[in-house]
Amino acid sequence: MGAQLRVYKRRIRSVTATKKITKAMEMIAASRVVKAQRKVVASTPYARELTRAVTAVGTGSNTKHPLTTEAENPTRAAVLLLTSDRGLAGAFNSNAIKAAEQLTERLEREGKQVDTYVVGRRGLAHYNFRERKVTESWTGFTDEPTYADAKKVAAPLIEAIERDTADGGVDELHIVYTEFVSMMTQTALGARLLPLRLDEVAEEQPKGEILPLFDFEPSAEDVLDALLPRYVESRIYNALLQSAASKHAATRRAMKSATDNAGELINTLSRLANAARQAEITQEISEIVGGASALADATAGSDR
Amino acid sequence: MAAELHVELVAADRQVWSGEATLVVARTTSGDIGVMPGHQPLLGVLESGPVTIRTSDGGTVVAAVHGGFISFADDKLSLLAEIAELSDEIDVQRVERELERAKAEGDAAAERRADVRLRAATTR
Repeated sequence: MGAQLRVYKRRIRSVTATKKITKAMEMIAASRVVKAQRKVVASTPYARELTRAVTAVGTGSNTKHPLTTEAENPTRAAVLLLTSDRGLAGAFNSNAIKAAEQLTERLEREGKQVDTYVVGRRGLAHYNFRERKVTESWTGFTDEPTYADAKKVAAPLIEAIERDTADGGVDELHIVYTEFVSMMTQTALGARLLPLRLDEVAEEQPKGEILPLFDFEPSAEDVLDALLPRYVESRIYNALLQSAASKHAATRRAMKSATDNAGELINTLSRLANAARQAEITQEISEIVGGASALADATAGSDR
Repeated sequence: MAAELHVELVAADRQVWSGEATLVVARTTSGDIGVMPGHQPLLGVLESGPVTIRTSDGGTVVAAVHGGFISFADDKLSLLAEIAELSDEIDVQRVERELERAKAEGDAAAERRADVRLRAATTR
């Protein structure tokens, strides 16, 4: 076998192995998307009922709470960025990070100091590499977040927003995550979580439903006190789940195009290998023919 | 007036139970409360404790809930809990072990959780 042909054969073997790996990763990601989507769906009854309850207290009483009142002059804001622990997901992480940076820039233009909270090793690595300050970070659960993880993330955020701004607390809480629109579309977006706009929450409710006057047990303040942190947790939980589903969908897409590219590469390489083999054969034939005729010429000459 | 109410018992990550009932007893921070059809709209904070649901076909469903809310309006009752388990999902022996361990370690919260589970499991 010629040297050229051997090189092509080796490359084909290595690309085939890579293709097998990306194909497997694609299928794993595809099955995980379905699982993650199911989790998003399973968490909606809780989120729906909680939203109903928050709306009920918000509209049924005129209670004031630090989590619903806007500071007159907000000076500090917290941004929670949700990324993934692992890469190989196309532009998934860079899109989320870009969205977070745009939001941070906007908040800073408005004269607010921004505290960054990061979930996921990728986002953390991005901030660490640029030596930017990260107030707190969590890693290790982004593939399959549980409610306990959401609680863990929410706790310091709720604590920060309840503290006075002068003692290092924050006035606003923003969250940047990747919304799972469909298998093909995932959009990174930033949203303000706190202070809560009750009219906005009320809009999520179906129209025409008149909320009854509730009897609060033990009191409207206590109910709101207990309700709002849970609401924040459930929103963060939902964002974590959507982010996980989006990550798997992005991985699936990235791995699918990697598999397709590997297939194309194998095709091109086999064509080149075939051409090289054919060239080799042609050369051998012409060598034999040339050699034979030279021999014939030589013997014909000696005869004379 | 309808003689039954629609109950949805939901945990943070799943729907635990839903169906029609005639009476629901739950423990709020200010004491046990029983809700029957036609009750005044109510929104309360739950303590961890067992919730008893008397279903309209005469059966009883007991669940252990850990923190959460009860909300009732228009004969629709929702019980929201971060963690909720039906009594028949609870493994008594495991909970007993957990209770002992919590007692030994002096973990009051874990002890309380295990105790609630055990009570829910044994009253079925």
